[in-house]
Amino acid sequence: MNQETLHIASAELLAKMKQLKEVEKMDYLRSLTGMDWGTPEENDTQETMRGLGVVYHLESTSTGKRICVKTSTLDREHPHLPSVCHLWKGAELPEREVYDFFGIIFTGHPDMRRLFLREDWVGFPFRKDNNPEAENPLRMTNEETIDTTYIYKEEANGTLSRTERKLFEDDEYVINIGPQHPATHGVLRFRASLVGEEINKIDVHCGYIHRGIEKMNESLTYPQTLALTDRLDYLSAMQSRHALCMCIEQAMGVEVSDRVKVIRTIMDELQRIDSHILFFACLCQDMGATTAFLYGFRDREKILDILEETCGGRLIINYNTIGGVQADLHPNFVKRVKELIPYLRKNIQEYHDIFTGNIIAQQRLKGTGVLSREDAIAFGATGGTGRASGWACDVRKRLPYAAYDRVDFKEIVYTEGDCFARYMVRLDEIEQSLRIIEQLIDNIPEGSIQEKMKPIIRLPEGSWYTAVESSRGEFGVYLESRGDKSPYRLHYRSTGLPLVAVVDSLTRGAKIADLIAIGGTLDYIVPDIDR
Amino acid sequence: MEVTKKPKIKSIPYEEFKDNETLEQLVKQLNEGGTNVVVGVLDDLIDWGRSNSLWPLTFATSCCGIEFMAVCAARYDIARFGFEITRNSPRQADVILVSGTITHKMAPVLRRLYEQMADPKYVIAVGGCAVSGGPFRKSYHVVQGVDEILPVDVYIPGCPPRPEAFLYGMMQLQRKVKVEKFFGGVNKTKKEGKEEQA
Ligand code: SF4
Repeated sequence: MNQETLHIASAELLAKMKQLKEVEKMDYLRSLTGMDWGTPEENDTQETMRGLGVVYHLESTSTGKRICVKTSTLDREHPHLPSVCHLWKGAELPEREVYDFFGIIFTGHPDMRRLFLREDWVGFPFRKDNNPEAENPLRMTNEETIDTTYIYKEEANGTLSRTERKLFEDDEYVINIGPQHPATHGVLRFRASLVGEEINKIDVHCGYIHRGIEKMNESLTYPQTLALTDRLDYLSAMQSRHALCMCIEQAMGVEVSDRVKVIRTIMDELQRIDSHILFFACLCQDMGATTAFLYGFRDREKILDILEETCGGRLIINYNTIGGVQADLHPNFVKRVKELIPYLRKNIQEYHDIFTGNIIAQQRLKGTGVLSREDAIAFGATGGTGRASGWACDVRKRLPYAAYDRVDFKEIVYTEGDCFARYMVRLDEIEQSLRIIEQLIDNIPEGSIQEKMKPIIRLPEGSWYTAVESSRGEFGVYLESRGDKSPYRLHYRSTGLPLVAVVDSLTRGAKIADLIAIGGTLDYIVPDIDR
Repeated sequence: MEVTKKPKIKSIPYEEFKDNETLEQLVKQLNEGGTNVVVGVLDDLIDWGRSNSLWPLTFATSCCGIEFMAVCAARYDIARFGFEITRNSPRQADVILVSGTITHKMAPVLRRLYEQMADPKYVIAVGGCAVSGGPFRKSYHVVQGVDEILPVDVYIPGCPPRPEAFLYGMMQLQRKVKVEKFFGGVNKTKKEGKEEQA
């Protein structure tokens, strides 16, 4: 266990959480994980967690203090826990996720619907005693959209009662955007209620690319689980895999060599540049600037070539391994990276010349979709989005890992919080990434690229949380092990889920056309949201 | 009239393509049906036009979609083959490139998109996920290959397929279009199950 953990009984949860939030100023909910710890057994000690429960990871943005809270309920028939989404707005979607996967009802939650699976899905797939395939054949009927939701309340005698809440009134003008829409960047679906041209409210539907990765992990061995991280957020493939490797290494007590640390850092930064260039290209394309799209992809190919030479893959790279990296650097690597740096510097300037200063771009981006710093923290919107709102949330600075503690780079923070700030953060970060690479590329230490590992990797009992700064925010891995060769639970903190959670509040009162700019600059990747 | 169609792709000899047997079988079936001379010539002309302007639907659910974007961009440039006009509306598209994982929730939506496309229409399964479920074969929420829900014309394996593989798959589709009979059916009865392996 790598941080202070509190076990709180479900009855006291609300009061304790309130105290943590208000007295200890734990204003950032890093991660919320549903758990099935099974039914109580004879040889359980006081410490053993049982039942269905939730793990919260909290952090204070003012003091930097971190804490982990666990709670659970033994009731498997009608499990319920109090909702914390009035304390942290960012808990709303993850609580719906937990309801969807484990069937835990959160009392007081304003919108207790399934998040990913279809409404007519039978059972809760993440419960250890559930076999989702058995009851859920492929349904080819169109899913019906329901306009109502329920709020649950615990009565004095311990039973649950529910009241209905309408999402959209009958006379509201609701249009459907997605799931197959070019501006949603993947298969995300919005239902937007409009007043004339202005957006009144947006209801987000996820799950069109829910691949059940976390559930699959529970039957894979540790080296096998690595392969799926690349496919979550494929533009942060390096970093996500890095996070999982670090988490497993930490659990095993393995320290990787300096060479591996530096290589991983350089690779992470190359990936970040790749992602930010793609962000630029796609945003421009969405806003009608096709030339800029071609420019972006032209430069991205240069990075992919470098990655391919060493790792063998262009997009899905499969490079990090537990205790090292897959292959040593290609002899051309250093030379080509050094050529890349001045090339990109020149071309980033070109991006600014053709797009940033463009009057149409400026008018569409400036002042639209403003996210305040408080909201960014409350929702947990990290990455470029948080930093554009003035929240210095970079994990590379907060909790330096790999070789980030020995390089000098600036954390880009803007305060406007609008689309333009989000756009500028990412373009400026490319320059910082180049600086990091520049400092490291000439002194990659010698050493082995792979620590010796046992043929079968088993982790000791316990739970761990590690985070890295992926291309679009804090990517966290929560791993719980029972000493087997596959994880008991492996949960990923999605970088994109908080970003879609803010869409509703960002678009209130905005024009429908602004949705494109807002969605584009939030820069989420849908498979990472749905996992 | 005997149809002796051997679809031509510029600069690549017929023999270098894999899985020519499927095409030959198609031609054989056409011959059994018999063709009128005038219609046959018109067919060729129309197929030539169709095969060089296949408009894909922009449909991407995950990783493979990013590679599709790379294929559309400057370096691989699908415009060389006449595929560059990606359509956002299924009603204007000729071919759907299913790039990415198809989940249970997405399956009915995909089916509806396909039904909205106008005939003649084609399906390419791009990447391991669309071919067979790929890395997510064991998942409870992933369709084990789009051929469970759509008739697939060409399969492009890979995770993700390289851009060159995309182009090869598209050329295979062109070849298929070239041997088809446009008047009277587009081999519609054959549009079921596995047909061609790229
Ligand atoms: S085949 Fe591989 S790259 Fe393509 S969508 Fe599936 S996991 Fe992603």
